[in-house]
Amino acid sequence: MLFGIALISIIIMLGSAFAVLFFENYLASVVALSVMSLALSVLFVVLQAPDVALTEAAVGAGVSSVILALTLRRIGLWQDKS
Amino acid sequence: MTVFSGVIFTIGLGVLLIAVMKSLILEQVLTGGIGSIILEQAPTEVGSANIVSSVLLAYRGLDTLGELTVLFVAATAIGLVLGQRSPDTKHDSEAGFILRSAADLLFPFMIMLGAYIILHGHITPGGGFQGGAILAAAFFIPILASPASPLNHKVSSLIEGLAGTAFILIGLFALVGKGYFLAPLFGTGDIGALFSAGSLPLLYLAVGLKVGSELAGLLARLQEV
Repeated sequence: MLFGIALISIIIMLGSAFAVLFFENYLASVVALSVMSLALSVLFVVLQAPDVALTEAAVGAGVSSVILALTLRRIGLWQDKS
Repeated sequence: MTVFSGVIFTIGLGVLLIAVMKSLILEQVLTGGIGSIILEQAPTEVGSANIVSSVLLAYRGLDTLGELTVLFVAATAIGLVLGQRSPDTKHDSEAGFILRSAADLLFPFMIMLGAYIILHGHITPGGGFQGGAILAAAFFIPILASPASPLNHKVSSLIEGLAGTAFILIGLFALVGKGYFLAPLFGTGDIGALFSAGSLPLLYLAVGLKVGSELAGLLARLQEV
């Protein structure tokens, strides 16, 4: 059970990490990075590190994605369509 | 071409990390060493049910102060680069109905969740940094919904400065009273109770308020075009 959850989150992490590289749209890359952080926080829960999981979910998936997205808007790379 | 070089770079970095991991002596770190000593002594010395926060705030409290300093310097640099907003520039238009009602609905619950995570940092997983990030998000969502009512930067900077000063003052009190900077004060209390672990909840409150006001100010400043 736990191994299955860990495997699924690792697969999601790998997939979204490649998606960050291959997406043409910068905003989509930021969203993929956020998905990777969320899967990583699930993996941290499986590995019995709830403190780190909370940090990863709040800072990695939440605040840092918002900062990256706002920076994209600031420097004019925010595209609505790819 | 750039994509392929990126993939090659990532694979190379992975191979390098595996090579570094092979050379580490993990057995010594995992079995014995400092971890088991802290596991044995933390409940009686610090009295927090969450061992991680006893390491973060008592044994390695100075590192936490360093982390706060790093965050403070980063936020200051961003404020310096982005500069003051001129008062006559136009605000973004109001967000749609869904985001506005969701912001009104979510705000009290997110404040409650952030306060819970900060105040129970010494009992359950979580603490000042995580709760502070949630508080910052709680204050940022209403700004996204209605950009015309921005964050009061004076108040957030005041809270940030007072919280940072409180953290250092508690550490200095411990230096005078117990001889070590940031040594836990006021005894341990009952392990697992809300008012336990001495000065750890106070320190986490200071960390949470500082991180929350800092991140909220940073996000609000980034959002103001």
